[in-house]
Amino acid sequence: MTKYILIGVVIALMVFAVASGRLSGASFGTWIAAMLTLAIFSFLYKDNPIYKFAEHIFIGLSAGYFVALEYWNVFVPNLWNPLLESFRTVSPSGLMLLVPFALGLLLFARFFPKIAWLSRWSMAAMIGSYAGLAIIGALQGDLLAQIRANMIPFLSPGSLTGLKAAAGGNAFFFAILEVLRNPLIVIGLLVTLVYFFFSREHKGGLGAVSRVGVWFLMISFGASFGYTVMSRVSLLIGRLHFLMSDWLGIIH
Amino acid sequence: MRTEIPVAIAFVAGMLMVVSLFVPHPFIAEPAAVMRSWAIIITAFAYVLGVANIARISLHTVKKRTTDWQYKGALVVALVAMAGVGVSRGIQTGGLFDWAYLNMYVPMQATMFSLLAFFIASAAYRAFRARSVEATLLLVVAVVVMLGRVPVGEKLWPGLPAFTEWIMEVPNMAAKRGIMIGAALGAISTGLKMILGIERSYLGSD
Repeated sequence: MTKYILIGVVIALMVFAVASGRLSGASFGTWIAAMLTLAIFSFLYKDNPIYKFAEHIFIGLSAGYFVALEYWNVFVPNLWNPLLESFRTVSPSGLMLLVPFALGLLLFARFFPKIAWLSRWSMAAMIGSYAGLAIIGALQGDLLAQIRANMIPFLSPGSLTGLKAAAGGNAFFFAILEVLRNPLIVIGLLVTLVYFFFSREHKGGLGAVSRVGVWFLMISFGASFGYTVMSRVSLLIGRLHFLMSDWLGIIH
Repeated sequence: MRTEIPVAIAFVAGMLMVVSLFVPHPFIAEPAAVMRSWAIIITAFAYVLGVANIARISLHTVKKRTTDWQYKGALVVALVAMAGVGVSRGIQTGGLFDWAYLNMYVPMQATMFSLLAFFIASAAYRAFRARSVEATLLLVVAVVVMLGRVPVGEKLWPGLPAFTEWIMEVPNMAAKRGIMIGAALGAISTGLKMILGIERSYLGSD
């Protein structure tokens, strides 16, 4: 019962705001955005019906958003328009698009248990293509690119000269860091890779090196964590600023 | 028929992609390009299949009046409204779809992610204990990176932002590269297993 009352209160507030004429066309969207923002923030108190309502609206909107996007960005330009054109001009190459169209429709065979296995053909075409593309992408984009990027001089040119010049000064600490830059990048990558080498037990020398690899990984995880926290806090500030500025007009 | 044909399709599609990297001749490159465009179309259908499945399950819940059916009803209404408006009236800037995107989707997405600021902080409070060298490194670097990206960090020590950048560019990048190389090797081996029909879990069970 409580949840119906809470949902009713929110709807009543919205109706009141519209009926009282306070909302111009431009601010109606701001009100909607503010209400939905507050509904999501209400989870900080505890899981509640208003939050659940907003959460489900969000899921529905996300799903609907991607359907519309796929329709206009993929179906219409890549399938629908070329197919219509090929029907008009009777072009055999264009009619080949009936194959992916049929394979796409076969995916829906999953809803019918007796013919569900037919969807495997579409899945196989999709998975096979993307597996091939993933191999190429991982090879060119990650593996070779990262190895190439790590092929650097062990000591960056000029770093030792910079260290001598900065001796005793305020910049000495950063001059040391600059000297350590390339060695740490090279060694850090190697020890991290050693940690991921599971074909031999990590004991003795291998164990010691892999332990240093773990240290590098921990530094990376810590940096990623700090970075993520700051990006989330930045989003939070953005939402609070929206509420205070765009909605309530308290700050300008 | 139920297993062999899909495995053969995956092999042909996958090999076309891989071979087209090494053989740029039109004999290979053109079918590979066609296969790529087909994959994009089939993937779009897969998106719609996923959404249709959400709608189907939600409608089933509404029909049966099981727990939280009201929320599932709201989900379906939002889904149909957003997809319906987008498909029927277009997704151009300034339209109704764009309005719903800017005033409903974007604020809720940003707020959802901003909620993580609270949970990530409380999780860190419980999980971060300087009990070992590894845990201490994690804790110290996280604190340094956080402080290095706010004005108060620079007030504490003017060199902190530069030191934070150095952490991001040197030890962090070294480990990230190791992870990326490992993940790339994993992706290549998994991709090969799928193309060669060794990994068939995507086919589901009979």
